[in-house]
Amino acid sequence: MKFTLSWLKDHLDTSASLDTILTALTDLGLEVEDVVNPVGKLTHFTLARVLEAVQHPDADRLRVCKVETDEGIKQIVCGAPNARAGITVVLAKPGDYVPGIDVTLGVGKIRGVESQGMMCSERELMLSDEHNGIIELPSGTVGERFVDWLADNRPALTDPVIEIKITPNRPDALGVRGVARDLAARGLGVLKPLDVQPVPGGFASPIGVQIDRALKARGCPHFAGRVIRGVTNGPSPEWLQARLKAIGLRPISALVDITNFFTYDLNRPLHVFDAARVKGNLRIHPAQGGETFLALDGKTYVLRDGMMAISDDAGVESLAGIMGGEHAGCTEATTEVFLESAWWDPITVATTGRALKINSDARYRFERGVDPAFTLPGLELATQMVLDLCGGEASEVVQDGAPLDVAREYRLDPARVVSLVGMDIPAETQRATLQALGFTLRGDMATPPSWRPDVLGEADLVEEVARIASLTRLQGQPLKRAVPGVPRPILTPMQKREKAARRMIAGLGYNECVTYSFIDSQSAVLFGGGTDAVRIENPISSEMTHLRPDLLPGLLRAAARNQARGFADLALFEVGPVFFGGEPGEQTIQAAGLLVGQTGPRDPHGSRRPVDVFDVKADVEAVLSTLGAPARVQITRKVAAWFHPGRAGVIGLGPNAIATFGELHPRVLAAMDVKGPAMAFAVTLAAVPEPRAKTPTRPALVLADLQAVERDFAFVVDARVEALTAVNAAQGADKTLIESVRVFDQFAGEKAEAQMGPGRKSIALTVRLQPSEKTLTDAEIEAVSARIVEKVVKATGGTLRK
Amino acid sequence: MDGLDSLKAKYLSALSGARDEAALEEVRLAALGKKGEISALMATLGKMEPEARRAAGAELNALRDEIDSALRAKKAALADAALDERLRNEWLDVTLPGRPRRSGTIHPVSQVMDELTAIFADMGFSVAEGPQVESDWYNFDALNIPPEHPARQEHDTFFMARAEGDSRPPHVLRTHTSPVQIRAMAANGAPIRVIAPGRVYRMDMDQTHAPMFHQVEGLAIDRDISMANLKWVLEEFCRAFFEVPEVELRFRASHFPFTEPSAEVDIRCSWEGGQLKIGQGESWLEILGSGMVHPKVLAAAGVDPTQWQGFAFGMGIDRIAMLKYGIPDLRAFFDSDLRWLRHYGFQALDLPDLPGGLSR
Repeated sequence: MKFTLSWLKDHLDTSASLDTILTALTDLGLEVEDVVNPVGKLTHFTLARVLEAVQHPDADRLRVCKVETDEGIKQIVCGAPNARAGITVVLAKPGDYVPGIDVTLGVGKIRGVESQGMMCSERELMLSDEHNGIIELPSGTVGERFVDWLADNRPALTDPVIEIKITPNRPDALGVRGVARDLAARGLGVLKPLDVQPVPGGFASPIGVQIDRALKARGCPHFAGRVIRGVTNGPSPEWLQARLKAIGLRPISALVDITNFFTYDLNRPLHVFDAARVKGNLRIHPAQGGETFLALDGKTYVLRDGMMAISDDAGVESLAGIMGGEHAGCTEATTEVFLESAWWDPITVATTGRALKINSDARYRFERGVDPAFTLPGLELATQMVLDLCGGEASEVVQDGAPLDVAREYRLDPARVVSLVGMDIPAETQRATLQALGFTLRGDMATPPSWRPDVLGEADLVEEVARIASLTRLQGQPLKRAVPGVPRPILTPMQKREKAARRMIAGLGYNECVTYSFIDSQSAVLFGGGTDAVRIENPISSEMTHLRPDLLPGLLRAAARNQARGFADLALFEVGPVFFGGEPGEQTIQAAGLLVGQTGPRDPHGSRRPVDVFDVKADVEAVLSTLGAPARVQITRKVAAWFHPGRAGVIGLGPNAIATFGELHPRVLAAMDVKGPAMAFAVTLAAVPEPRAKTPTRPALVLADLQAVERDFAFVVDARVEALTAVNAAQGADKTLIESVRVFDQFAGEKAEAQMGPGRKSIALTVRLQPSEKTLTDAEIEAVSARIVEKVVKATGGTLRK
Repeated sequence: MDGLDSLKAKYLSALSGARDEAALEEVRLAALGKKGEISALMATLGKMEPEARRAAGAELNALRDEIDSALRAKKAALADAALDERLRNEWLDVTLPGRPRRSGTIHPVSQVMDELTAIFADMGFSVAEGPQVESDWYNFDALNIPPEHPARQEHDTFFMARAEGDSRPPHVLRTHTSPVQIRAMAANGAPIRVIAPGRVYRMDMDQTHAPMFHQVEGLAIDRDISMANLKWVLEEFCRAFFEVPEVELRFRASHFPFTEPSAEVDIRCSWEGGQLKIGQGESWLEILGSGMVHPKVLAAAGVDPTQWQGFAFGMGIDRIAMLKYGIPDLRAFFDSDLRWLRHYGFQALDLPDLPGGLSR
C-alpha cells in the first residue's frame, strides 16, 4: 500500500514530522517498507538574497555577487545570466553536497576571485532539467530552509511517498483514511471529518439493477449505482495524476482515475460502465459456466459455474469485484456512464480470483473485506467527483439489497487487557483508544466499526488497545520457573537417542548433511518408495516429487555432487525423518551413513585402501552401542534391493530389524551417478529397544582372581559357512567357563583353496576361559577344548585344522 | 689373606677394560664363577682355623661384593652405551603426516537446535515434536486460519496427492511448526512450556528461499503469563544465543491468525563493514514473530481460554544460524557441499551447554 504524505494529510490534521509518522506506522503494525523523499537530499539548502552583482575582473561571463545569507554577507562568483541584485536564490554553502552535479562544495577561487558558495539551478538540485539560470524565488526570507519553502509553495515536489505492508487482517488500512485513523488514535493528529453529501438525482436511472436471489444471502447482499450523463472523459487534473503517479499507477482518463483514487483513498473500489454500451438492465448472478468474458486486461476468461458476474441483455459485462469487461469499458468517447458501488463476499471473490488467476486491486480489497456500510456514501462521493471533474448530470441511485448487517459487540475487560499484555494501560485510555478507532461503547460492550471485519472477539479488542498503546513500550518481566530449583531433564528417550547417534557418527568421521525430505521419483522407487501415497501434488521441481523412503538416496545424490566437484572420498551422514506413508505420523527417524571411495588420502604409511563392508559394520555397531542396543544381535542376509545381495547384512533383534549395513548395489550406484565403491549403513532409531536399566546404579563389578586361559582353534569349513555360526557354537560349549569367543583370523581365497581344497576356507577362533572356583587343570582345559571342537565341527560341518 | 689387593686390582682393571657383555661375562666367570679365583679362595675357608676363617671370610666377602657391584655397574654402563648407540641409529622423519583419520562434522542446523534446547531447557521448556505431513486442520484450521483466509494463500503450501475417491481435504507438508502447539496442548493440557524445532516446507525457491527450512516454535501457557513475560523470555534467549552481554528487542504490532496481540520482534544491531553485530548499533533486524496465543487456538487444542493464557513464538533456525555464524546463503544448507560442511560444521564434541558457553 502506497500513499504520499500530503495525501495522508488530506485525512489527518497533524504537525508531526515525517520521521515521527513513519516510526508510529511501523509500531502500529503498518510496517513501513519504503519511503522515497524526493527532497531528502536538499535539507541543508537555505534561501539567500543577492545584494549586488558586478562584472568579474577577469571573465566576461562571470559576476561577483554580494549575497545576504543567514551567516552574514558572502562573496559568490556566479556564471548564471540571471544573477542580479534583488533576487531571492537557493544557496549552497561550502561543505554542502549538491546532488545534481554530484559535488561537495568547497571554498575556491574562480579566476582569482574567492567564492564562498554557490547559487543553484533547478537541475543542480534535481528538481527539473532547467539550467538556463539560477533559481529565482518569488517569495521567501533569507535563512529559510529551501525544503520548507518548497513544502509551502510547491508541495507536489516535496511529497514523500510512503509504502507500508498491510497484514491480511487490516483491509481498512488499504485506504489512506484507515491509515490516518490509526495515527489519530495514536495521538499523532486529528482525523479530519469526511463530509458525505448525497448528490440529488435529476432523473431516474435508465439502467436498473437486480441481484439474483441465489446471491442475495451470500455473494452480493448490496449493489448500488447510478447513471451520469453528459460527461467529458478527458485527462484527469494534475493533482490527481500526480497522486496516482506517485504511487505507481498510470493515469488513464478522468473516469478511470477517479475509481482508482477511491480504491486507494477510502478502500472503496468502484466500477464505471460506458452506459451507452449496456443493453437493458444489469443483473448480478452466478455464472452457469462456460460464458466467455473479455476483461479489461485484454484477456478472455471462461467463467465456471458459480462465479459471480454482472450481465446485461448482451452477456457478461463485468466479473464481480474483480475486473470489468472490455466491452462496456470507458473510453475517451464515453459521455454517459453507469457508476457501480457494491459489496462482494470476500470468499467468493477470492475463490473466483484464484481460479481465474486474476490479481487486481479490486480483488485484493474485496477478498480482505470492504466496509459494507460505505457502499452508498462511496457512491455519493464518487458521483460528486465525476460531476466536478467531468461535468454531467447524475440520475437517482438505483440499488438492490441492503448493506450487510455486521453489528456485533464484545466485552472489554480492562483488567484482562493488562493481564494479557503485561502493560499498565488505564481503563479510560483503553476506552478512548477503541473510540478513536471507531468502536462504539455501550457500558463495557464494544461494537466494532463496520470497516473492521477482523475484529471477532474480546482478544481482538486487547490487540487494538495494545497496538495503539505501543508494544515498543513493553518492558520484559521475568517468567517464573515452572518448578523451582535445578531444571529437570526434558529430552525424551528418542530425542536423546537422535542426539547421541548424530554426535557418535560425526565422531566416527562422517560429515552431517541435511538433505531435502522430498526426492525425485526415480530415486524414491529405487529405495522402495515412490508410491502415490507419498507423492506431492504440487512439487516445486521434478527433483522433489516424493517424500523420501530412506536417507540414502539423498546422501548418494550429495555424494554424486561432491564427486562432480572433485571430492572422490566421502563420509556423509544424515539423521532425519523418512516416510513410509502419506498420513500424518507415517514417518520415522533414521540415521544413515555413506562411505564412498577410499578410506583416506594417500599417505606414506600405506593406510589408504578402498572402503569396505567391515568399515560400515564397525561404524553401525558403534552407533548401536551408543544407542544402548544389546551386544548380542542376529545378522541375516535378507537385505533390501538397494544393497549388494552378497555383501550386506541386516542386524536384528528377534523379529525386529534395527539396522542394515553393507555395500550398495552397483546398479543403484550407476543410477545415482556415484562412482563406487560405496558402503552404507542405516539405523531405524525407534527399532532399538530401550535399555532395561532404569537406575543409574551399575551392577557390581566381579573381578576373577583366577588366571584366565586362552586357547586358539582353527577350523577348515566350507567357504560359505559364516563365522558367527562357529562363534555361537563354540560359545555354547560351556556357558559358565567360556567368557568370550573371538574370530582372530580367516584364511580364504585361492591360496587357501590350494591348501585345503576347493570351496574351503579356514576360520581361527580364540576362546577365553575364565574359571571362578579354582585354577583349571590341563585335563579340564583339554575337556573343554574337545567340547568346543565337537560343537563347532557339528555346527559348521568342518574339521579342526591340524 | 695375602694377595687379595692384587686380586682386586686385577679384576677391577679387567672389568674396566671389558668392551662388551661377553668380555664382562668372562671376567665374572674368572672371578666369581664356580671355578673362579675368588670362589676357589672361598672354598679354602673351610679348612682354616675358626679365628683365621672369620677374618679371611670377611675380607673375601668384601672383595666378592666389591667386584660384584663393579660388575653390575659396568654391565649397566655397557647397556646404557649400547642403548645410546642404538638410539643414535633409530631416526624417523617426524615431519611425516600421521596416519590419516577422518574428522566428522555436525551440521549448523543440528548444532543450533542443540543450542536452542540448552537455553530453553534451562527456562523449563521441553522439546515437542509433530509430524511433517499434517492434516490441514492442524496446520491451518486449528490455528484460526479458516479455508478462505488470505493468510492460507500466503503460505505457499505443498499438498500431498489424494487418491481418487478420497474426499478428505489433502494433507499438507507443514508450513510452520505451529501445529505442534496444538498437538502438544492436546496431549498434555496446560500449564505447558515447550519448544518445537523442525523442518517446515514452503513452495518457494530463489536466492534467499529454499522449499524446506527449519523453524522453532515456542509455547508457554499458564494462569497469568503475559506478553511482558514473552519479551523477557525472548530477550534472555537472544542474549544467551547470540552470546552477547546485552540485547535490546523491539516489539512491533503485527498480525498472525493464531496470536492476539501479535508482534514482530526486531533486535538492535549494526552492520559495520558488512559484519553483523547483535546488541549494539542503530539498525533493527527482524528476527521472529510472536504473540499471545489466540483463545480460539487454545480452545481448538482443548485448553480453556478463560482459565489459561500464554504466548507463542516462531523463528527460523537456519536464519538465526546464518546470523550467528555469518553463513551467507540459505540454499547451501541443503546442498551438502563437503567444503561447506567442513567450513561451517561443528566438531562432534562441541556439545553446546550453558556452563561452558554455547560455542567455542
